[in-house]
Amino acid sequence: MYVAVKGGERAILNSHKLIAETRRGDGQVPELSVRQIGEQLGLAVDRVMTEGSVYDRELAALAIKQAQGDLVEAIFLLRAYRTTLPRFAVSEPIDTATMLVQRRVSAAYKDIPGGQVLGPTYDYTHRLLDFALAAEEGVGLPEAPEAEAPLDEGMPHVADILDHEGLIEEERPDSEGAEVFDLTREPMSFPAGRDQRLQNLARGDEGFVLALGYSTQRGYGGNHPFAGEIRMGEVSVEIVPEELGFAIDIGDVVVSECQMINQFEGSKEKPPQFTRGYGLSFGHNERKVMAMALVDRALRAREMGETAMYPAQDEEFVLYHADNVEAAGFVSHLKLPHYVDFQAELNLIRKLRQEHQDRLEKEAAE
Amino acid sequence: MNAVAKKASWDEAYNFAYLDEQTKRMIRRALLKAVAIPGYQVPFGGREMPLAYGWGTGGMQVTASVIGPSDTLKVIDQGADDTTNAVSIRRFFKRVAGVATTEATEEASVIQTRHRIPEKPLKEGQVLVYQVPQPEPLRKLEPRETETRKMHGYAEYGLMHVRLYEDISRFGHIATTYSYPVMVNGRYVMSPSPIPKFDNPKMENNKAIQLFGAGREKRIYAIPPYTRVKSLDFDDHPFEVQRWPQACALCGARNSYLDEVVLDDKGGRMFVCSDTHFCADRQEKGHRGPMAADPAARAFARSSETSEQKEDDGR
Amino acid sequence: MSDGNPMLTAPDMEGLKPGFSEPVFEAQVAFRTVLNAMSYAGRVHALETKLDPPAPLDPAMAALALTLFDFDTPVWLDAAAADGGTPDFLRFHCGAPLVAALGEARFAVVADPSKMPPFDRFAIGEDRYPDRSATLLIQVPSLTGGPAMAWRGPGIDGATTVAIAGLPADFWAQWADNHALYPLGVDVVFAAGRALVGLPRGIQVEG
Repeated sequence: MYVAVKGGERAILNSHKLIAETRRGDGQVPELSVRQIGEQLGLAVDRVMTEGSVYDRELAALAIKQAQGDLVEAIFLLRAYRTTLPRFAVSEPIDTATMLVQRRVSAAYKDIPGGQVLGPTYDYTHRLLDFALAAEEGVGLPEAPEAEAPLDEGMPHVADILDHEGLIEEERPDSEGAEVFDLTREPMSFPAGRDQRLQNLARGDEGFVLALGYSTQRGYGGNHPFAGEIRMGEVSVEIVPEELGFAIDIGDVVVSECQMINQFEGSKEKPPQFTRGYGLSFGHNERKVMAMALVDRALRAREMGETAMYPAQDEEFVLYHADNVEAAGFVSHLKLPHYVDFQAELNLIRKLRQEHQDRLEKEAAE
Repeated sequence: MNAVAKKASWDEAYNFAYLDEQTKRMIRRALLKAVAIPGYQVPFGGREMPLAYGWGTGGMQVTASVIGPSDTLKVIDQGADDTTNAVSIRRFFKRVAGVATTEATEEASVIQTRHRIPEKPLKEGQVLVYQVPQPEPLRKLEPRETETRKMHGYAEYGLMHVRLYEDISRFGHIATTYSYPVMVNGRYVMSPSPIPKFDNPKMENNKAIQLFGAGREKRIYAIPPYTRVKSLDFDDHPFEVQRWPQACALCGARNSYLDEVVLDDKGGRMFVCSDTHFCADRQEKGHRGPMAADPAARAFARSSETSEQKEDDGR
Repeated sequence: MSDGNPMLTAPDMEGLKPGFSEPVFEAQVAFRTVLNAMSYAGRVHALETKLDPPAPLDPAMAALALTLFDFDTPVWLDAAAADGGTPDFLRFHCGAPLVAALGEARFAVVADPSKMPPFDRFAIGEDRYPDRSATLLIQVPSLTGGPAMAWRGPGIDGATTVAIAGLPADFWAQWADNHALYPLGVDVVFAAGRALVGLPRGIQVEG
């Protein structure tokens, strides 16, 4: 006979064993190592670190292995692990102007001080399946030629160039010591500050943010964006230990950053000028940071005095639905038994149908 | 009871009850405010738990902040102790808090539940923790948190009454069967979580402490003992609970919430208590339903009787 | 917390009294006791604790502080509590910022209720966020030896008689004003020796 979801402990444990077996796959094929994932699936690792809010390539690679390559599941694993970690310090803001650049392009100018640095990008690869990668013997050790001259040390932000002329809104750092909103410790609150919005978007699902950013370009949003600058590379992270009282370097992280430049018509108080949208992620993820910058700008509608008419401008809509750990959890919870509520609905439907039938019969009799 | 004297034993790779002490303090403060303002949703800094959002993370955080080594925990889902998610959450607390567990409602000091209130009346000092998917009773009428918060702030509940009255004009009665909104202490309209409306009357003047945790939405709320909890209704359309023409097929109970169990694909079905412990307890005391001797029905009953043993195998 | 707060002196480590010896479990026991006290308003709840806190704190009061305070909770101390080892005790064991402005305090520690400031100088919450209100922890000489009052409201089956001692003459008149603000208002926990009584804002008190 059929017994609903009453399975209990043994079924759960067996399911865990089955998933372990499925994860391993065919035993004839060598097992994938966490290092291999870290080295050879680096962009997946970058995404998992960004949305998982933990900068640790090894843990992210482990999460990807454990999740059989399901990145949303891997992000969840990393987030749940993050909850158990103590907080030692809050870092100083990173300074991306001092980045050890690996890639840096601007669409707004032909050339820029420090130069355009193409770096590693799929942009100009022809998307043709490369069967060499499928060869048994592998691809060996491909090497890129070294540049003839080292890159400039200083690479000013493109937006700063506009800033000198006052053509772009000023970017004011928060006052010294002002606390930054921390979504991992406080519930969402509205109206949301830009710190809360940016944190939410950085942790937000890449697909969701991408679709929203895209929607602003297609007409569900009124700004015409220019990719002022996209850069990727290493920056150092500093903290100020209470007992020292000055900043010390605790390590480097690779980040991607995007500054979108958008038109702004100006208002009674302000002359027309360019405005900014900002995106930042761990590792190399230009798609995410560009989309994030588009949505960031769209969400600034209120402060710009623009009418919020489109989904990407609606901060409650965007912020409440961007997180894929929350979204995946709630969608998947429909798999849980709901038979008590379903029984209540069955009762109601039967009753309503009976009443309907009675009414028809009564009308027919009259 | 001396929790300090009783040595706790749990998987010490984790903090006791998983959460760190700072998080527990934050949740505990929220719980005290929730109890002081019955039915009001207190925002809290919900943490990611090692269980998916929507699967009981809010209830788990509340339980983790409340529970101590001397507690005895019962976990139910749909009223049953042996549904997979109830088993999974009970295993979690066995592992991270080392607490005793039970299926007997009267033996439990903390009961975490999804979708039901046990049939057996609760006692003073017991804590009932509800898992809540959507804490906002007005959300289906108004998706914006900024708006619903205002509506609660000024007790503007007209919209909810209009919605219920539309049901009456369309169907002749209110067509909400679960998550049926209640008015708590005459002030806040509250979601009772997706319990069937059959359970709503049990919330009023309950002797136990009722705590509600919504993890994904990051809200905590509460009903203290001996508190007024009224299901919304109209003078000419008073609130009613579900009734079944059948008695429980196994224990013969006529006053419990029944689940419909499909026995075959030819329309064969039976109705049995959703509260598995209530039903087993009655059968043990000699109560018999119309199908108690039926082999198919007995096979069904056995799957719940053996769940504790299975769980021990797994430890 | 502003600079120059006289409460902000370095802790005198020598005279510092110890906190919980098993913080995880003792805090859990104390929390359950205060949860019960706030839920079953008006009843006397014994709080098991071995704490030996600095004067003038009673063990129950100190256990509440160690259970509920941390760096996220600004705490206001009345003159009696601010005198002696209490400020260092709370700073060291809880890391709680001590504030001079009553309106900023999430918790108030009142060791001498006869001189306590009026309720309405503490945060009473906001229409949309009534939880953003202060909780006053008031230490009294006795939870049973004062004038008998009738308490009614959530957590009480009908009515119950409570006899808190040591309160100022206008305390219950002020409480009536606080209760009238419902769902806004402050909440109170009374502590004496090793026992607690909860008085949440929803409770109506009559002589």
